[in-house]
Amino acid sequence: MTTEFTVTLRSPDTSVGTATAMKAVFIRDLKIALRQPQDLLNPLLFFVMVVTLFPLGVSPEVSFLQQAGSGILWVAALLSVLLSLDHLYRHDFDDGTLEQLVLQPQPLFLLVMAKSLAHWVLTGLPLVLLAPVLGVMVHLQGNSVAVLCLTLLIGTPVLSLIGSIGAALTLGLRAAGVLLSLLIIPLYIPVLIFGTGTVTAASEGAPVGGQLALMGAFLVLALTLAPFASAAALRISLSNS
Amino acid sequence: MWQIFHKLGSPKWFFGIAATLMPWLLWVGVAMLAAGIGWGLAFAPQDYLQGNSYRIIFIHVPAAFLAQSVYIMMAVAGLVTLVWRMKLADVFVKAVAPVGAILTFLALFTGAVWGKPTWGTWWIWDARLTSMLILLFLYFGVIALGAAISDEKSSARAVAVLVLVGVVNIPIIKYSVEWWNTLHQPATFKLTEKPSMPPEMWVPLLLSVLGLYLVFGWLACLRMQTEILLREGRTRWVKELIQARGS
Amino acid sequence: MSEPLLQAVNLECERDGRILFRNLSFAILPGTLIRVEGPNGSGKTTLLRILAGLNDSYSGDLLWRGHDRHTYREEFLRNMLYLGHRPGIKPLLSPMENLRALMAGRRSLPDKVLWQALEGTGLDGFQTVPCRNLSAGQQRRVALARLLVADEPLWILDEVFTAIDIHGVAALEKLLVERVENGGAVIVTTHHDLRLPSMHRVTLGGGDGYDH
Repeated sequence: MTTEFTVTLRSPDTSVGTATAMKAVFIRDLKIALRQPQDLLNPLLFFVMVVTLFPLGVSPEVSFLQQAGSGILWVAALLSVLLSLDHLYRHDFDDGTLEQLVLQPQPLFLLVMAKSLAHWVLTGLPLVLLAPVLGVMVHLQGNSVAVLCLTLLIGTPVLSLIGSIGAALTLGLRAAGVLLSLLIIPLYIPVLIFGTGTVTAASEGAPVGGQLALMGAFLVLALTLAPFASAAALRISLSNS
Repeated sequence: MWQIFHKLGSPKWFFGIAATLMPWLLWVGVAMLAAGIGWGLAFAPQDYLQGNSYRIIFIHVPAAFLAQSVYIMMAVAGLVTLVWRMKLADVFVKAVAPVGAILTFLALFTGAVWGKPTWGTWWIWDARLTSMLILLFLYFGVIALGAAISDEKSSARAVAVLVLVGVVNIPIIKYSVEWWNTLHQPATFKLTEKPSMPPEMWVPLLLSVLGLYLVFGWLACLRMQTEILLREGRTRWVKELIQARGS
Repeated sequence: MSEPLLQAVNLECERDGRILFRNLSFAILPGTLIRVEGPNGSGKTTLLRILAGLNDSYSGDLLWRGHDRHTYREEFLRNMLYLGHRPGIKPLLSPMENLRALMAGRRSLPDKVLWQALEGTGLDGFQTVPCRNLSAGQQRRVALARLLVADEPLWILDEVFTAIDIHGVAALEKLLVERVENGGAVIVTTHHDLRLPSMHRVTLGGGDGYDH
């Protein structure tokens, strides 16, 4: 309890660097999620169940599934990410850790980026890993499965990054979940279009390099712009609480 | 310079300016709109392919045009809200968002009506119609978020962020939808790639577009005035205004 | 040494059409403790959140060591510690992990120091128990452990005495006194009856707050 203390202001060089701080945020989020594995499993189960609805609700015919399969998987993945977004900041907001995050001296958009990446590792990446199994169940042929996984691998981080903006904007509001979907679904449309379009093109034997590159461009754009918008939105939501 | 800017942001000052502008906007706008639509419907020549059904463009095109411009205007106002914290900019966004949504709906509706004789069906997943539908979704999002946040300042800034995110996405959405459309329907009947319109057609079209802009200006002023009265109800100048009107 | 750390000039805050405070000016000097007082709903928490930089719907100026705080944001944040109503503790993490996460963006300290800080707040033996198994007071103590390892010159503490038992309150009072004697600046809100020497006061909530 006896600390020698005089007023000396802390200069940046004695403090923690931005990369270390980002890593700490990332690891903390992973650690918390892994202590509650059921929460990780739920979006995956949702993904599988939504995919199951299509053969049951529309048609189990192989030709239909082959044609619609990539779209079904993409829509299910998109909804599943959407479902998980509500938790991205809510717990942090409720227990006060979000306040502490915003008051860290590092640039907030980088800390937000670390959080979005953690979200992707916890929801998007498992979807990508599960996709081949479901791809077989909807009879995707040849290299379609591989291309599908590739589009999901590039596309799901974009979903997490854009979704983070919506989660931050709707923080602390009533019925935030529905509102969040309303705000975010229109913004997800380009990713969905190119995600499924690329797989369709691949199944028709067309080259897909250009489209994958374009999806990569979406990712770069989302990675550079979305964290700024999320950070601004978080400040606004906290200011209101 | 800064003082003028500051003055521009003052609701009281705007209230007065709007009052003088509004009759002009309304009457000139209505006159142009009436001339454009009247000329277009009654006197402009028939289209060599579509006959008379094309005449709906005199409503469809202005509505679609304005629906997109309103979103851009909202984005500019959103930027002003975030950078300069100008109250009036948010008043504008809140006042015109429903108008933009209605215009987008009008464009979609007239598009559907036009589609019936042209394509033989009410709805077609044409690139333009689909883009407009997504634009309508964007408008709904803005309106819903604005309504969900009760604190005026937070609501203003949150909506501004959303509108700006939306405006960055609009070109991306448009491009993707066009790409998607060519992927799925390579040979649709393109209405807009016809040989250039004769002046008897485009002059009334231009008139109705400009007329609708002016009428929109009037409506925006009116709705902004209402919004200002609601927000500034407690201030002295509004109370004086009400007393002056009441006596 | 008498240069103010943080200075509020003509602060005004309006919430839902109600003026919480206006023309509020004061300076936070090193070596002083300021208590913000006022009835419920008078804007104490709002004021502290504004000072900490969490709430920016105010007008007026906030100066960090004589300069506009916005331009010195990073330096300000490095030198300010804020503890709010919500303790900032993750229920799924242990006190040790929580403290480590809270310090991660600020200072790299060896685990031994953090462990001792938790001992110092009466959590010895609980360092590795998940916080959701601790009581509200114990969770609050995890957050307070930060104060034992904090070297930020300015502390902004909102209702820190909540849920703390008598011994804890005495220890915390002692800590704040020592802190101020050593040149730190502390601004607090509390319903607890603080009896500290040389306490300055900022009082909020005159009238009904409506603008006539």
